[in-house]
Amino acid sequence: MTEITHYRQTWTHRTPRARLLLWTGWAALVALFLWCWQVMTENTIWAFVWDAPRQAADIGSRMMPPRLSYLPELMVPLWDTLNIATLGTIAGVIMAVPVAFLAARNTTPSTRLLRPIALFIIVASRSINSLIWALLLVAIIGPGLLAGIVAIALRSIGFVGKLLYEAIEETDARQIEAIEATGASATQVLSYGIVPQIMPAFWGISVFRWDINIRESTILGLVGAGGIGLKLQASLNVLAWPQVTVILLLILGTVVVSEWVSASVRKAII
Amino acid sequence: MLKLEGLSKTYKTGDAALSDVTLTIPKGQIVGLIGPSGAGKSTLIRCINRLVEPTAGKVLLGDINLARLGKTELRRQRRRIGMIFQEYALVERLTVMENVLSGRLGYVPFWRSFLRRYPGRDVQQAYRLLDRVGLMHQADKRADALSGGQRQRVGIARALAQEPELLLVDEPTASLDPKTSRQIMRLLTEVCAERDLPAIVNIHDVPLAQQFMQRIIGLRAGSVVFDGAPSELTESVLTTIYGAEDWHAMRRGDEEQSEAEADARDRMAALAE
Repeated sequence: MTEITHYRQTWTHRTPRARLLLWTGWAALVALFLWCWQVMTENTIWAFVWDAPRQAADIGSRMMPPRLSYLPELMVPLWDTLNIATLGTIAGVIMAVPVAFLAARNTTPSTRLLRPIALFIIVASRSINSLIWALLLVAIIGPGLLAGIVAIALRSIGFVGKLLYEAIEETDARQIEAIEATGASATQVLSYGIVPQIMPAFWGISVFRWDINIRESTILGLVGAGGIGLKLQASLNVLAWPQVTVILLLILGTVVVSEWVSASVRKAII
Repeated sequence: MLKLEGLSKTYKTGDAALSDVTLTIPKGQIVGLIGPSGAGKSTLIRCINRLVEPTAGKVLLGDINLARLGKTELRRQRRRIGMIFQEYALVERLTVMENVLSGRLGYVPFWRSFLRRYPGRDVQQAYRLLDRVGLMHQADKRADALSGGQRQRVGIARALAQEPELLLVDEPTASLDPKTSRQIMRLLTEVCAERDLPAIVNIHDVPLAQQFMQRIIGLRAGSVVFDGAPSELTESVLTTIYGAEDWHAMRRGDEEQSEAEADARDRMAALAE
C-alpha cells in the first residue's frame, strides 16, 4: 500500500492531448468529405439527377411484366454459368494450395525467395477483378466458356491462397512438434500435423469462393466469356426489358440457392 | 542408457537456458526434473531429441551422439525417443487410432501413412497399447472428443508405439486435476517398469515428483543444483532450487518459452526445405 489518503473521483479514458487529436481527426474527415463531394458533383448535370425517379419508374414499368416464356431459353446459359463457376473454383483451388504452402511462414521452403513470389501471385490475382481477367482472356483465347473458367480460376487463386495460408500459419505448433518428435519425414509432418488442422478451413474457404464465383460468373458474359451474362447483354442491347427482368430474377434465385448450399456445407464442417 | 555431456543451449538473444549439464540415466530409471519456470527444464528435454538445437555438448543415446546428426539420421534416431507433452499435443481432428499409429510414422513409408494402410503388426500393437492404457473402445473416436486424462493416455500410447528406448515427458499432468494426475503418473511409471524404459519427466508438482520418481534432478538457471533420491529433497534443498521468492526467474520462464517456440518454428522451416 502507498501512503495516499485521498483518492480522486475523476478518471478519463484519454489524455487532453489525445482528445484534441481525436476531434481534429474527425473535423479533418468532415472537411475531406465536403471537398470530395464538391469534386464529385462538379460535372454532374443536375437536370438528369432530378429526372432520375421518373426515368427509373419508366424503366420499371417497361420491365413489367417479366416475359416468363423466355425462361426455357435461359437454361443452357445458366448451366454454362454454373459450370464456369464450379470448374473455375476447382482449378483455382488446385493452383492455390501449393501457393498457400509456399506463402505460409511456417511451411515455406524459403522466406527469401519463394515466399515473396507466392505473396506476389496472391496479390496479383486478387488485385484484378474477374471481369477484367475475363476481358484479357477473351482477347487472348477468344470468347467462350474457357475464357470464363480461366478468369474465375485466376481470380480464385489469390482469395483461396490468402485465406488458406493464414489458416496454415494459425495451426497449433505443438501438434506439429509432436509429429516431428516421432521421427516423421517432412511430408508426413505435413500430412499428419498440418493437413488435418487446416481441413475445415480448406473446405469452408473453397465453398465460400464457389458461392462468390457463381455471382461473378453471371456477369462474365458481358465481356463475351460465356454464360447467362451473354443473354443479359443481348437483351439489354435490344432494350428487351421484360427479358432482362427474367434474367435478373433467375440470377437472384441461383445466388440464393448457392448461398444456401455454401452455408449448409460450412455448417456441416464446423 | 542416456548420457548428457556438457550440454548447453544459448538462445539467439544471448540468454543461456542451459549451461554445461552432465547427466547419466541408466536403463529403467525414472527421473523427475524439477525447478522454477525458466530453469531450462523444457529446453533440456527438447535438446535431447533436438526439437531445440543444443549449442554445445553431447547427447549420447547408447553410443550415438544425437547432437551431431544430419537431418535424415536425426529422423531415424528420433524413433528411439518417445515424447509426451503437457497439453497432450494430439492431432485433435484425427481419431485416437490415427494418433497412436502416428507413433509409427518414422517406420513406414509415406504412402502407407497417407493411405492409413499400416502393417498388420503395427495395427495389432496399437490395439494392444490402447488396451493397456484403457481406451480399447475409444479407438475410432476423434481425439478432441476425449477428456484430458484420456487424451494423455493416447499421448502415452503414441509414444510407446514408437517402441522407444527413452521417454521424454514434458509436464504430463500440468493440465489435469490431482486425481487424474496421479492416475497418469502411475500409468507412466508402470509402463516404464514393464519395458525397463528410462524416462525424464519435467514436473512442477514437487509432492507428485517425490511420490512417483526414483531420482530427482533440480535445475536452476540452466544448471543442475541437486541430484539425488526423492527422500533427500529437504526444505533447504528446495530453497536452493526454487529460491525464496524468485520472481525474476518466472518472468524469464515466459521468455524462454517463446524463444523455444521461435526456435522450433525456424527449424520447421529448415525441415521443409
